[in-house]
Amino acid sequence: MPWKSSCPDKAAEMTDTLSFYGETLTSRLLVGTALYPSPAILADAIRASGAEVVTVSLRRESGAGRAGESFWSLIRNLGVRVLPNTAGCRTVKEAVTTAEMARDVFGTPWIKLEVIGEDDTLQPDVFGLVEAARILSRDGFNVFPYTTEDLVVAEKLLAAGCEVLMPWGAPIGTGRGLNNPYGLKAMRAHFPGVPLVVDAGIGTPSHAAAAMELGYDAILLNTAIAKAGDPVAMAKAFALALDAGRLGYRAGPMEPRDMAAPSTPVIGRAFTGVARA
Amino acid sequence: MRISVIGAGVAGLTVAYEFVRAGCNVVVTERRAASGRGCSFYAGGMLAPWCEAESSEPVVVDLGFEALAYWRDVVPVASRNGSLLVAPARDLPELTRFGRRTSHFEALDTEAIGALEPDLAGRFGRALYFKDEAHLDPREAVVALERLLRDSGLATFRFDTDADDKGAGDIDADWTIDCRGFAAKDRLPDLRGVKGEMLILQTRDISFSRPIQLLHPRTPVYIVPRADGRFMVGATMVENEERGRVTARAMLDLLGAAYTVHPAFGEAEIVEMGCDLRPAFPDNLPRIRREGRRLFVNGLFRHGFLLAPALASRARRMVLDGAHFPEVSDADQRQRQSA
Repeated sequence: MPWKSSCPDKAAEMTDTLSFYGETLTSRLLVGTALYPSPAILADAIRASGAEVVTVSLRRESGAGRAGESFWSLIRNLGVRVLPNTAGCRTVKEAVTTAEMARDVFGTPWIKLEVIGEDDTLQPDVFGLVEAARILSRDGFNVFPYTTEDLVVAEKLLAAGCEVLMPWGAPIGTGRGLNNPYGLKAMRAHFPGVPLVVDAGIGTPSHAAAAMELGYDAILLNTAIAKAGDPVAMAKAFALALDAGRLGYRAGPMEPRDMAAPSTPVIGRAFTGVARA
Repeated sequence: MRISVIGAGVAGLTVAYEFVRAGCNVVVTERRAASGRGCSFYAGGMLAPWCEAESSEPVVVDLGFEALAYWRDVVPVASRNGSLLVAPARDLPELTRFGRRTSHFEALDTEAIGALEPDLAGRFGRALYFKDEAHLDPREAVVALERLLRDSGLATFRFDTDADDKGAGDIDADWTIDCRGFAAKDRLPDLRGVKGEMLILQTRDISFSRPIQLLHPRTPVYIVPRADGRFMVGATMVENEERGRVTARAMLDLLGAAYTVHPAFGEAEIVEMGCDLRPAFPDNLPRIRREGRRLFVNGLFRHGFLLAPALASRARRMVLDGAHFPEVSDADQRQRQSA
């Protein structure tokens, strides 16, 4: 085990990196850029989170031509890697067009692919998702698909060229945490070598820590930080929770058991299980 | 003293009137043909400082309080009937969240909502009532300000005149107060435009005495009652600088919200749709920036009518008294943010 004590060893910490499409990252937190009280608070929150990747929605802000340029340049100036997304796209065609525009604006082949299938849950349309992933991968994009925990869909996304999978924790913006821990656990077990990111539904730092304890590689979230009373403090809280969860996962958690097991040895005592007179 | 004010939106007009009230001669230069035809024209006119505490920095709330007295006493155009916040049953957590971040409201149940706004009787289970807040019709306020300025005999207006960064159209003045909003980006490179779309509905079937805000996780919408059965419904907030293109999606969101508040809006006439750019600095906070004998009053973002009175009086005191106001200065941004 790389972790020798409860005090994280700096050198060991440095070796625990993460890789997406050949790019190495040290932070496991990916942060969205919407819904903040101001771009200045957004920038402070990103710094406090330690995130090295931020996602940006193009669909809504783009307008005609490059009317979103002022905001995009603020994002570019954050000095972090940009993962443009296709949030709000409902068809394969829309998603592909938006991705192409994103590549233009931000000069990156990375694209977080969202094809939304249903309004109340903003659930991904997994059929459109797989098709769009195939088109974009063939066109040289590095696709980060926003998907469900369905294993068959996941297989098809990998076959379509995706090298990262991003299953939901819960519907976008709900802050409900991990709705289906069993499904997420199964996904982790099924794809041991694929970087897995829990995307959407995370509400509190403990949700993020729980996902990391399941062995997930990273967390992508937006609302939980942007809409917090103090976004900057919440960003820091998430950074700490991710570290704790990741460290806990790598440290090898104990197995839960049904009966109490005293942590102090009882051998040598005359009677056990009998109250003292 | 002779003061040149550039821009006849709410910022320029309130600044001009501050100097007129202090006995200065003021020339207002405006590139459009009339006052208040920039983003002031599309404003909601909510004077809701307590509600602002939900998403704005404390400095916006503090400066905003000054607006309540200003639009009651100095330019008496506001109606002080409070404001009402409601949420659809499925978005009630938003109401809880809003209440946690704000103060000076009363939580109302169905019955109390109906007593306050009879047309909302039975439509919502819970509401927050900010009884000391107010609202005004921005277009009426602009007319009232222009009339006060003209009646003073100290102000002159020059319309259809462009006073840009090159100093073209500048007049011989002791001080220039630049209140051009987003157009001042030529001199204020950190300024950005945040697009807002709105619409005006007209119906005789509904009457409200106060603005109704419908909370929604993505697009909170307010409906502000105006004269003649008109209702201003606004406003989207989009991070782009595209002027004058109203999108179908924005109208779907705004009309959907209006319909949720009251289905009779479905039969209302769409009188107007509009959009413009709110001028904002990266922290979305207002500034008075000084360059020699020129002051820039800008960055009022979505709080034009709420912040203009406080900024105008500070601009006047900076010029006439040499006063300094950390809450609207660049150097003290960090300080005022952590306050």
